[in-house]
Amino acid sequence: MRYEAPDSLDGVVALLAEANGDARVLAGGTDLLVQMRADVVDPELIVDIKKIAETRAVVEEAGGFRIGAAVTGAELKENAGLKGVWPGVVEAANLIGSTQVQGRATLGGNLCNGSPAADSVPALIAAGAVASVVGPAGRREIPVEDVMIGPRQLSLARGEIIASFVLPPRPKRSGDAYLRFIPRTEMDIAVAGAGVNLTIDAGGVITAARVSLAAVAAKVLLVPEAARAIIGSRLDPPAQERLAAAARAACRPIDDKRGTVEFRIEVAGVLARRAALIALDRARNR
Amino acid sequence: MAKHHITATVNGDEVEYLCETQDTLLDVLRDTLNLTGSKEGCSSGDCGACSITLDGRLVCSCLVLGCEVGGRRIETIEGMATGETLHPLQQKFLEHAALQCGICTPGFLVAARALLEKDSNPTETEVRYWLAGNLCRCTGYDKIIKAVMSAAADMRRA
Repeated sequence: MRYEAPDSLDGVVALLAEANGDARVLAGGTDLLVQMRADVVDPELIVDIKKIAETRAVVEEAGGFRIGAAVTGAELKENAGLKGVWPGVVEAANLIGSTQVQGRATLGGNLCNGSPAADSVPALIAAGAVASVVGPAGRREIPVEDVMIGPRQLSLARGEIIASFVLPPRPKRSGDAYLRFIPRTEMDIAVAGAGVNLTIDAGGVITAARVSLAAVAAKVLLVPEAARAIIGSRLDPPAQERLAAAARAACRPIDDKRGTVEFRIEVAGVLARRAALIALDRARNR
Repeated sequence: MAKHHITATVNGDEVEYLCETQDTLLDVLRDTLNLTGSKEGCSSGDCGACSITLDGRLVCSCLVLGCEVGGRRIETIEGMATGETLHPLQQKFLEHAALQCGICTPGFLVAARALLEKDSNPTETEVRYWLAGNLCRCTGYDKIIKAVMSAAADMRRA
């Protein structure tokens, strides 16, 4: 098993292009190393992307933020500027695993692991984040909601990696939040999750919104109907119920030991409503 | 292919070792460097028994490759006491009987030290959340939490 840690994206792309057998990208390793230990994967080549400046940096850019794909949850939490503007994204990243896992786990890895229950992905989707992807054909930008196709399946071509994520400029009076349901208080995988990002005008009316749902379909969903249900409202109780109903209607969950279909659908509606109320409260205070 | 030749700093000492790509840092610490204080519990980042700090950041050494850490600074449980003098956290774990079988203890101590270096005055809730990734099947956690709170109070006075 080869290990390479190039210091440029070109170097990563070249290594992945030349690889004969299975090649895996290593960011935080919190999924890859577990899968290697369990013999789920046995790569011929591991390409560590942590030596590349872009993957490891958080920079303010064009009024928004560019977050490297290999920045850890712990590092995001320590970035006061980012946390102030996108608290929902930072909190979602810090729901993943333990303190130890947050010291290693990354946004790029959480997305590319391809789990519908990934906590940071719905927050990124709600935020309108774009993945900046580099591969043999150069660089392209993909909305995060279009990266995952289904469980363990991505729309990335062979040899492509996510270098960074771009969070758009933030209008005044905007707020975001992500909530998940787990049967414990910590260290578990979402049974259902909801991310909401919204902007209000000076009168408190919602002018823009994005709503996403986790663990209730084969991929993390962007739900435009749920956003439309609250745009133009002040999130009064009828609007909250329209939001919950639209969220429930979008759910196509599986039935498993962690939650039934009925439970996941019901909880997705509740979480969407609660996340929207938190996002609204944050928008009023910014 | 040839093994990786790595130089890193472990508990303040420069060390050199050879490892295969798939060897975790925990494998290297225990089997190559004979630092067996870090324990292998789950090998999947769930139990925290292998907790170390890497450039000051708390991580599970079972989720780091040995070949990744060239030039990095590693701190393990073996570096916690100063000679024969225990770290206040170690002393409080003894006084509060915060261990029974002891397998989880090095991980708890390393994790608790990382917390107190960040925040000398955490609330009990903050301690419990910080240590949620360290599993103990003996004590029921209360004695561990009390020991950490007590050590933090002593260290603030020192």
